[in-house]
Amino acid sequence: MTLTLAFRNLFHDRVRLAVTLIGILFSIVLVAVQLGLYLGSSYMITANIDHAKADLWITAFGAKSFEDGGLLLTPRERHQALATPGVKAVIPLIVKFAEWRKPAGGSTRVVIVGTDAEDGGLEPWALVEGAWEDIKAPEAVAVDKTYLKDLGINGLGDTSQIATGRVRVRALTDGVRSFTQSPYAYTTLNRARSLIGLDGERTTFYLVQLEPGADVKAVQQDLRGRLEGTEVLTQQEFRDRSLKQWLFKTGAGVALIGGALLGSLVGTVIVAQTLYSSTKDHLNEFATLRALGSSSWYIHQVILMQAGLSAVMGYILGMAIALGILVLSQGSALPLVMTPGLAFWLFTLTVGMCAISALSAIFKVTKIDPAVVFNR
Amino acid sequence: MTSEPVLEAEGIIKDLGQGAAMVRAVKGVSLSLVPGELTLLMGPSGSGKTTLLSILGCILTPTAGSLKIAGVATDRLSAEALANLRREHMGFVFQSYNLFPTLTALENVRIALDVRGQKGFAAANRSEEVLRDVGLGYRLKSYPGNLSGGEQQRVAVARAIASAPSIVLADEPTASLDAENGHAVMALLARIAKEQGRSVLAVTHDPRTLSYADRVVRIEDGRIVGEERRPEGLDAPEITDLTKRRKAHG
Repeated sequence: MTLTLAFRNLFHDRVRLAVTLIGILFSIVLVAVQLGLYLGSSYMITANIDHAKADLWITAFGAKSFEDGGLLLTPRERHQALATPGVKAVIPLIVKFAEWRKPAGGSTRVVIVGTDAEDGGLEPWALVEGAWEDIKAPEAVAVDKTYLKDLGINGLGDTSQIATGRVRVRALTDGVRSFTQSPYAYTTLNRARSLIGLDGERTTFYLVQLEPGADVKAVQQDLRGRLEGTEVLTQQEFRDRSLKQWLFKTGAGVALIGGALLGSLVGTVIVAQTLYSSTKDHLNEFATLRALGSSSWYIHQVILMQAGLSAVMGYILGMAIALGILVLSQGSALPLVMTPGLAFWLFTLTVGMCAISALSAIFKVTKIDPAVVFNR
Repeated sequence: MTSEPVLEAEGIIKDLGQGAAMVRAVKGVSLSLVPGELTLLMGPSGSGKTTLLSILGCILTPTAGSLKIAGVATDRLSAEALANLRREHMGFVFQSYNLFPTLTALENVRIALDVRGQKGFAAANRSEEVLRDVGLGYRLKSYPGNLSGGEQQRVAVARAIASAPSIVLADEPTASLDAENGHAVMALLARIAKEQGRSVLAVTHDPRTLSYADRVVRIEDGRIVGEERRPEGLDAPEITDLTKRRKAHG
């Protein structure tokens, strides 16, 4: 009966129910979009690191992120690393911002990613046209379909210029977005060096692959002892550092999390207000229940169920809208991400938000005087 | 009547308000209720009837005096323990019916059982049975807004007796009703006392109710000033009338 009473109380005043649901819906959509953007941004920031086949990353000292590693590592470090017990391979990887000149005039920035496929370090993934082998062809690069317009080209075979070198698009990826909004241009190691006019064999990172059974932490310590002026990071450490750089040092992540918190707060306040006013309207009924001998918990259950029903309805509506926005964002440069984990977390947040909102109403009925039933 | 009292109040005093505004609403009332009796508590407005009823119903705590329900002393019991006592032993009928407007007649009765932990089909069946018993078998799914005042009060009576409490307390049960419905409700309360062996206490100032009472307690200015008893063996004719009406409605 508690569920029946909660349901009837909710639907008794449909305008108030609509206000409650709009409050929850607004909150869910806002939090889902903000956290979806946060997740989407996180994926973009760490995508290259996650797809690299590396147990350890050797970076120049103080390298802040995948895109901001400098070009300070030399073959000396590579040889020292290769001489370290437990190390199977050390693969050079160049990452550097460069200027892309559009065929029709104007320019934009790209991130050149230079590595050799046969080394097995980092390959562009999600290739939808062309193959990695095609990138070995003269002047070849691979870019993402999403950025064709930004790059001033139409597709495979189009030519352009990076810095002073001519390039031709030989492969296209789909869904390899860049958080910096400077598209990745994948090419071979030597062509990358050539395009950015790099002398010698300097590189941005070394991807370290270990022998089977080697202890990652032990090798990391060993490499740190051998390599001066560098840092040796596990994949997870480098991910965390990149995320910290782009999401927190730039304030972007703080803004997204702040927006999510604000959404939760607004939702909580709206639900609390409507639930409180609903409880106030039904106060005489709760007093009657109390006079009939109901326990406080019985009445609290009714209020909590009202909150729970509001949460479920608001969540379903909010998620439907959030998923619609997510679908629409897929073609954009900053797609939202929704995972089962995030969906579950949002549900927990909604229920928690409504439960907190119920507190003010519960506080109100706790002070209820059943004697009022004789005064009506 | 030789039965053991189910409610015993001794020297009940109740002060309302504080400081200079304090009023002694009940001034040392002693009263007991036994099973099978309909007792009327009669008195003019402001005589302390409803305050006394609230105290006897464990809703208000007396300033002084003792109250025992089914042998359990109520002084020093917590609000939850008092609620438990109400749940176990009492049913209430209110002047304004106090039905849940969003619940049907059946659900209004069911909720009183639900509060007592009686759920499921058994509770639904019992609610239906008791509504049929008060002559509302044809109104099970009606909402209070669609019922007449008399019907609403009969739903309230059904709610009060659904869990078979030993005590039924009614506050001005006929005050909002016309003569016909007032008689019907009083006849119902009298029948509950007689046929089901419950103690029924009705607070009223309505002289039309007198013919239904086994006992009339008069209260004035917070004090009991008189008590009358119906001679044994004399029954109220309206009980028969209601039985006929119930049969007619099924």
